[in-house]
Amino acid sequence: MVETAFTPWSALAGGVLIGLSAVVLMATVGRIAGISGTLLRVLMPTDRRESLGRLVFVVGLIAAPAIWMAVTGTTIAQSPPDAGSLVVIAGLLVGFGAVLGNGCTSGHGVCGLARLSPRSAVAVGVFMATALATVAIARHVI
Amino acid sequence: MAFLAYGVAGVMFGLGLILAGMTDPAKVLNFLDVLAIPAGTWDPSLALVLGGATGTTLVGYRLVLARTAPLFAPRFDLPGTQKLDARLIIGSGLFGIGWALAGLCPGPAIVGMALGAPGVLLFVPAMLVGMVAARLTTNALDRRVQRTLKPA
Repeated sequence: MVETAFTPWSALAGGVLIGLSAVVLMATVGRIAGISGTLLRVLMPTDRRESLGRLVFVVGLIAAPAIWMAVTGTTIAQSPPDAGSLVVIAGLLVGFGAVLGNGCTSGHGVCGLARLSPRSAVAVGVFMATALATVAIARHVI
Repeated sequence: MAFLAYGVAGVMFGLGLILAGMTDPAKVLNFLDVLAIPAGTWDPSLALVLGGATGTTLVGYRLVLARTAPLFAPRFDLPGTQKLDARLIIGSGLFGIGWALAGLCPGPAIVGMALGAPGVLLFVPAMLVGMVAARLTTNALDRRVQRTLKPA
């Protein structure tokens, strides 16, 4: 495993920026800033105008690293997973689970909890529980 | 104007994830590794990211949703269902396992793609396939339910 330092201030500031993004999206187009829902609407459009908007949001996400590096002049730390079958299984589970459960860390975690939605609170409790258990097994049992 | 808003929100979201360090799967996994607390390698950053984001959104939504409509759309589009069903539980459970296997969830995976790591570039298409598969599955299940409900 790669050790990382606890970075409270940048974590909090980054979180606030994510929250502001969710508020901007609600204030302007009246939509929840959920990334899995956004991606699904780009992949399988039901409303053409909304899907185009969601696509622009995704382009914004993809452009963010370049903007970050241009503005701050710093690189972005990333210890990526190994490109093997495990990462494919992980991707399938994340995509399938997020759409089946109607949301991921952003939709349920940020927007849902902020709306005090009981459904989102349950979703976050469940995915945190299985994630904690998975890491415990992968790092301390196997 | 709506498209500009989507773009600005997307860039803000991406920059927030980067600033928070969440584009690094190691930070996510070290948060989830609570058994490492005694060893001192636990990284609680993610809790502050979630706290900062949820707190900001909680206050912001209160202000925004007090208005009658958003700026560039006729109405607010909020999830209506409050049902705690099997799909929510099973879906969230599977999501958590996948998240913990790679240290990646949808936002950081899409933002992190631009850094070009093969592991992330492999994760994203698998994730998108999983999403489409889930929607096709729920569509098929819904059709079956409708057939059963229809009187013969």
